Amino acid sequence: MHNKTIAELAAGLRAGEFTSEELTRAFLARIEAHDGQLNSFISVTGELALEQAREADRRIAAGEGGPLTGVPIAHKDIFCTDGVRTSCASKMLDPFIAPYDATVVSRFKAAGAVMLGKTNMDEFAMGSSNETSFYGPVKNPWDTAAVPGGSSGGSAAAVAARLAPGATGTDTGGSIRQPASLCGITGLKPTYGRVSRYGMIAFASSLDQAGPMARTAEDCALMLGAMAGFDERDSTCVEREVPDYTAGLNDDLKGLRIGLPKEYFGEGLDPAVAQAVEAAVEEYKRLGAEVVAISLPNTSLAVPTYYVVAPAECSSNLSRMDGVRFGHRCEDPKNLEDLYKRSRGEGFGAEVKRRIMVGTYALSSGYYDAYYLKAQQLRHLISDDFKKAFEQVDVIMGPTAPTPAFNLGEKADDPVAMYLADIYTIAVNLAGLPGMSVPCGFVGSRPVGLQIIGNYFDEARLLNVAHRYQMATDWHLRAPEGF
Amino acid sequence: MALDRRDVENIAHLARLAISEEEIPAYAGSLSNILTLVEQMKAVDTSGVEPMAHPLEMAQRLREDVVTEENQREHLQRHAPAVENGLFLVPKVIE
Repeated sequence: MHNKTIAELAAGLRAGEFTSEELTRAFLARIEAHDGQLNSFISVTGELALEQAREADRRIAAGEGGPLTGVPIAHKDIFCTDGVRTSCASKMLDPFIAPYDATVVSRFKAAGAVMLGKTNMDEFAMGSSNETSFYGPVKNPWDTAAVPGGSSGGSAAAVAARLAPGATGTDTGGSIRQPASLCGITGLKPTYGRVSRYGMIAFASSLDQAGPMARTAEDCALMLGAMAGFDERDSTCVEREVPDYTAGLNDDLKGLRIGLPKEYFGEGLDPAVAQAVEAAVEEYKRLGAEVVAISLPNTSLAVPTYYVVAPAECSSNLSRMDGVRFGHRCEDPKNLEDLYKRSRGEGFGAEVKRRIMVGTYALSSGYYDAYYLKAQQLRHLISDDFKKAFEQVDVIMGPTAPTPAFNLGEKADDPVAMYLADIYTIAVNLAGLPGMSVPCGFVGSRPVGLQIIGNYFDEARLLNVAHRYQMATDWHLRAPEGF
Repeated sequence: MALDRRDVENIAHLARLAISEEEIPAYAGSLSNILTLVEQMKAVDTSGVEPMAHPLEMAQRLREDVVTEENQREHLQRHAPAVENGLFLVPKVIE
């Protein structure tokens, strides 16, 4: 059962082949048996899941089931879940029981999905390897000496190991796409504003976006259909109709114009990764697509720009973690300043503190123009590069990450080396465009992902392009040994 | 861009973060490295370019100024560190 996709599970549930309760018990048993090796879950909500499963079975029996009713999923521990710990993998929120559901969570509930638990992540979504979590690192199921990627490493590892058929993630600089690539699964970051951020603990408010992670594009389409749409509680959410993302999945790709940016195939890219990506592009040519050489000239400025914008926004967002109203508070504060400083000093890990400090510096008097304002100008140029490219092409492709999964500990002591892992994903967040990663090969036992970038609100096309590739190849069906 | 210990102390104070004596040199080092990465921004001439604060260049959506939320103080304060009579307790701020 655990090898079935969400689409297959939903069909099986509707046909009465099994119940949601049986399915949920099966996944909970798999988590129990295997997650000790991976550490992909922070909280497993077994009792709650079974209650939800029984309710789903009632709805299905009454003929009221929908495309996700009774399907078990996991939520990244950055989404507020009413009555359930929501930690952001931080000591700061270890005691925090969310008093409400994030919109993403309540939409999955309304669709009848069953929540297995909350997945592990880099602390406050800051990281590319899931090594900064207060609850310990997550291991890559393809090779437990390797990182799963981050920050949605727990969700990626859980889906790859078939501990959950789908999971939610968030992506600010690549945190859905890069772990999807490193764990050999399919992940999608929607256009900024497509999915509500209400109840999703904020890292960088102009970059953050929630999205689905599963083993197929079809499953991502099903999940996105539940997640997307206007929410008046998120003032950055866009009022725009949600199409049926499954409707056009099988559309012919003849005449599709794929842009390959020369900047994505240069220095720093592992040749074995380049080879796997080039083979994927050849497959697309066989499917009828044409390839256009393009240039995104400001690509090399994306990482420096991001490492001003994101820390600046996070320093502002994380100022709400003050030990006063929720979360960790230090013992015996002498005065208010001591309460703030020690609660925050104790509650936050080193990477979070680094980013808060970089952001504080960039926004401080005397430096704002040189750093934050400059970065916002570069952001405009980076977005314009994409706008120009989309005048000539329908989608842009390249590697999701410059290398396959690296080893645990390899980059943990060198923040800047870690930041360069996001070199191909970051510009997409700066521009607010949608992007996906689909599995396209391996280097040894470690997966390689193909990144597909679309124009604003073109998620249906991205899913179609990914799905047609998955109908012609089987990378996405491979499973790691031992799980 | 090299930061010294006084820079780190100032920034940590602005950010209300307690960092220990022993940690200061390591933070000075890593922050300096990050700022060196960020210096690459200087290479591009951006004169005349509009800063982009929002990817979709949206303006803040407004709504009617009417109350739409219920008072849920008790529920929301249930897991607060220290509460009394509906107020959050902190060390004395006014002498």
